[in-house]
Amino acid sequence: MNVGLTCDVVVVGAGMVGAACALYAARAGLDVILVDRGPVAGGTTGAGEGNLLVSDKEPGPELDLALLSGRLWGELAREFGAAIEYEAKGGVVVASSPGGLAALERFAEGQRAAGVVAEPVAGDTLYDLEPHLAPGLPGGVHYPQDRQVMPALAAAHLTRASGARLLTGRTVTAVLRTRDGAVRGVRTDRGDIHAPAIVNAAGTWGGELAALAGAHLPVLPRRGFVLVTEPLPPRKVRHKVYAADYVADVASDSAALQTSPVVEGTAAGPILIGASRERVGFDRTFSLPVVRALAAGATRLFPFLTDVRAMRSYLGFRPYMPDHLPAIGPDPRVPGLHHACGHEGAGIGLATGTGHLIAQALTAPGKTPDLDLTPFRPDRFTEEAA
Amino acid sequence: MTDREPGQPRLAVIGAGPAGLAAAIAAAARGVRVTLLDSAAEAGGQFYRQPAAELRARRPQALHHEWRTWERLRDGLDAHVRAGAVRHLTDHHVWLVERRADGRFTVHALLGPEQEDPAEVCADAVLLATGGYEKVLPFPGWTLPGVITAGGAQAMLKGTLATAGRRAVVAGTGPLLLPVATGLASAGVEVAALVESAGPRAFAGRARALAAQPGKVAEGARYGARLLRHRVRLLARHTVVEAHGADRLEAVTVAALDGAGRVRPGTGRRIPCDTLAVGHGMLPHTDLAETLGCRLDGHAVHVDDEQRTDVPGVWAAGEATGIGGAALSLAEGHIAGRSAAARLRGARPEPAEWAAAARTRTRLRAFFAALDSVYAPPAHWAEQVTDDTVVCRCEEVTGGAIRAAVAELGAGDARTVKLLTRAGMGWCQGRVCGPGVAGLAGCELTPSRRPFARPVPLGVLAAAGEDD
Ligand SMILES: Cc1cc2nc3c(=O)[nH]c(=O)nc-3n(C[C@H](O)[C@H](O)[C@H](O)COP(=O)(O)OP(=O)(O)OC[C@H]3O[C@@H](n4cnc5c(N)ncnc54)[C@H](O)[C@@H]3O)c2cc1C
Ligand SMILES: Cc1cc2nc3c(=O)[nH]c(=O)nc-3n(C[C@H](O)[C@H](O)[C@H](O)COP(=O)(O)OP(=O)(O)OC[C@H]3O[C@@H](n4cnc5c(N)ncnc54)[C@H](O)[C@@H]3O)c2cc1C
Repeated sequence: MNVGLTCDVVVVGAGMVGAACALYAARAGLDVILVDRGPVAGGTTGAGEGNLLVSDKEPGPELDLALLSGRLWGELAREFGAAIEYEAKGGVVVASSPGGLAALERFAEGQRAAGVVAEPVAGDTLYDLEPHLAPGLPGGVHYPQDRQVMPALAAAHLTRASGARLLTGRTVTAVLRTRDGAVRGVRTDRGDIHAPAIVNAAGTWGGELAALAGAHLPVLPRRGFVLVTEPLPPRKVRHKVYAADYVADVASDSAALQTSPVVEGTAAGPILIGASRERVGFDRTFSLPVVRALAAGATRLFPFLTDVRAMRSYLGFRPYMPDHLPAIGPDPRVPGLHHACGHEGAGIGLATGTGHLIAQALTAPGKTPDLDLTPFRPDRFTEEAA
Repeated sequence: MTDREPGQPRLAVIGAGPAGLAAAIAAAARGVRVTLLDSAAEAGGQFYRQPAAELRARRPQALHHEWRTWERLRDGLDAHVRAGAVRHLTDHHVWLVERRADGRFTVHALLGPEQEDPAEVCADAVLLATGGYEKVLPFPGWTLPGVITAGGAQAMLKGTLATAGRRAVVAGTGPLLLPVATGLASAGVEVAALVESAGPRAFAGRARALAAQPGKVAEGARYGARLLRHRVRLLARHTVVEAHGADRLEAVTVAALDGAGRVRPGTGRRIPCDTLAVGHGMLPHTDLAETLGCRLDGHAVHVDDEQRTDVPGVWAAGEATGIGGAALSLAEGHIAGRSAAARLRGARPEPAEWAAAARTRTRLRAFFAALDSVYAPPAHWAEQVTDDTVVCRCEEVTGGAIRAAVAELGAGDARTVKLLTRAGMGWCQGRVCGPGVAGLAGCELTPSRRPFARPVPLGVLAAAGEDD
């Protein structure tokens, strides 16, 4: 296949974000080629979890994107439903102390003002929602808009439904540009692909792809471990359940380890416990202290888990950006280059909104998009002296 | 629990098969305090443990040599245990070896058959002698009761099988099939056929490498003679294409293979039987090594001439470093034990002292490399797997689902196939179906990361290694 391929847009990266970009761009009438150096979902998408959360987001651009994405996931659910293991099960955030509960309720109040459904649950009602929670918890907040999908299945099915030409096992090695700097395609290890537009959906490796086009984009890996238990009977854990300090962990800038786990059941039976957050580069070494902390957090929330076996644990590297916001939209420095990466620990949830906004930017560059892209501008970071 | 005492260095040996026993004895004899852990209730590993039970009952002539080797090892272990140089921990299922910040190690185990209660052992160095496990490829009907692994058949000899007077077929490929067939036959089971996919001519091509191994050829000849004596029909270059039965195995269909490794149309024949013992070779146990960060060569733990892995303080020996039979495991274990003893005592090991073992190792590695190229599953075995054949039993994933993940959903490697189909995500974590899934998906079988060598209760995990 050395003959140059041609299309309207090349999406680089067949993870969840690339798949969503391909789907929405194709449905907007564009001829799309999706390339990945590995298989579909071989990057972080296949190494994380599929929580689609609004509960952990404070009011601001990320929450707005999450709400938009949630609506779009709801639409896709009608189309893909069980095939992507979509479950609108809701989340329950629990406080471990009365002080914590007060703080959580204040946080929820702010979210409600931004359009989130957040229902306070006191003592008894909490145990109606989650009968197996540790006794004596003061209460929490119920978030019916939290949902979940199985990320690899979602990426694979959206890709297939997009009708985009999928080229796996191809590495993008260069970005082809015209004399005046505009994008005209990509070079891969197996031939060139010509297109007037590229979408950088390379996830944690998005910084490297941007660099191929001469643009600076600081995407860093933030490691996370997940624990998987043996399969359990349904409804032992009914929602996505986590302790209130999780939100603080997510928003943290610290490189040090944070591990307040989200506990969730899956359609297939196992409970997932995840995930830790630490910035240690691309270090794949198993870490007992990290995994131990996940197990401890989960058994504190659900004492019955003490006797449940962990079958395995896996890890992935979230695409982390210094201000915790993804880069979405055209790059003013390189005409034709669009970014859709850096979603950190929320790339599954935020993929649909991202894909939708990218499709709008590609097909109607002049028009106002459904969400203001200014906070996500890819050129918002200054290049630090390295 | 802390068991640190000043003075003698401590070595934890995981696995009490030939390699682990040889290593423990060699190290203990040289001033190292050894803790030997094994999940089994007795020492011996795959080879000495299982046939031993049978041997005690029958002592067939042909196995006397191995029996004496085993007695020597067992007596050596007993003497060191009595002298306090070796602590032998049976029923210890090691789920993780942790390399701590100070460079020492904590071995995390679960006790007894229940595997609920934890035990921890601290050591200055560890020696992984965890052996291997059987590889079995899928075919229609392979999930029927009555279809067992070759090693499983050997284990069953201890139980009721011997007296049941059953009719068995032994099938697959590899040197294990011979002892399994003769073992079954001498235990009174009617062995209807030994179905081996390798052809006799493949052996001829390797004649030189094989001929350099008089001992091994003699061993093969012995098994050959016993097959004859028990009137076991050897069907070389044949394969089982299907196992039949309503609720349990009633018969198998076997067929001849052509030179390219495809089933020859029209050659199928039905053989009634109630037991099918299948095996397609062995794969090394590498979970503990991988989690420690040890480099692998293909499927085996990489070691240097002293049997050291590339992680400081971690040695490996026996089939964990490559499949090669009991004698090779013994030689490697001996070298590893001596090297670890010297280095733990701050001395430079003197390879001249283990020259004989090193020669044995070189010779047997060459021999098994040659065997490996002879014994191979039929090149096109995957074509026999129908779309409705369950390939992953734990998650009940069919051949068709795996093919669809590749053809329609863009899965290009074993990991993505697993993510998209759940094949390999169940209780066995792909140890059983891994080779089958990879073959059907048309990709390489890569060692999959399994941080826990055993499922571990979250309560145990939550407290593991916690300093108090
Ligand atoms: C432990 C953990 C738990 C998580 N839990 C959640 C969660 O519950 N909910 C949630 O929303 N998010 C979660 N995330 C985050 C989420 O997984 C990521 O944000 C998301 O997968 C990012 O998707 P992506 O498509 O941007 O990147 P990826 O899935 O990494 O895809 C990028 C692709 O680009 C390809 N690529 C890179 N460079 C090149 C090149 N030069 N040429 C060709 N191809 C290239 C890669 O091969 C890769 O397949 C979690 C992450 C981790 C690690
Ligand atoms: C049916 C059968 C017939 C055979 N016949 C012959 C023959 O005729 N001639 C020949 O040379 N070879 C034969 N072999 C091969 C021989 O058994 C092996 O080569 C030999 O046992 C390998 O020795 P090892 O010490 O490396 O491993 P093993 O003997 O496999 O010992 C490994 C030990 O480690 C333990 N272990 C593994 N993981 C853990 C863990 N996580 N925690 C605790 N303990 C653990 C296991 O319980 C086991 O006892 C046969 C094997 C089988 C299965």
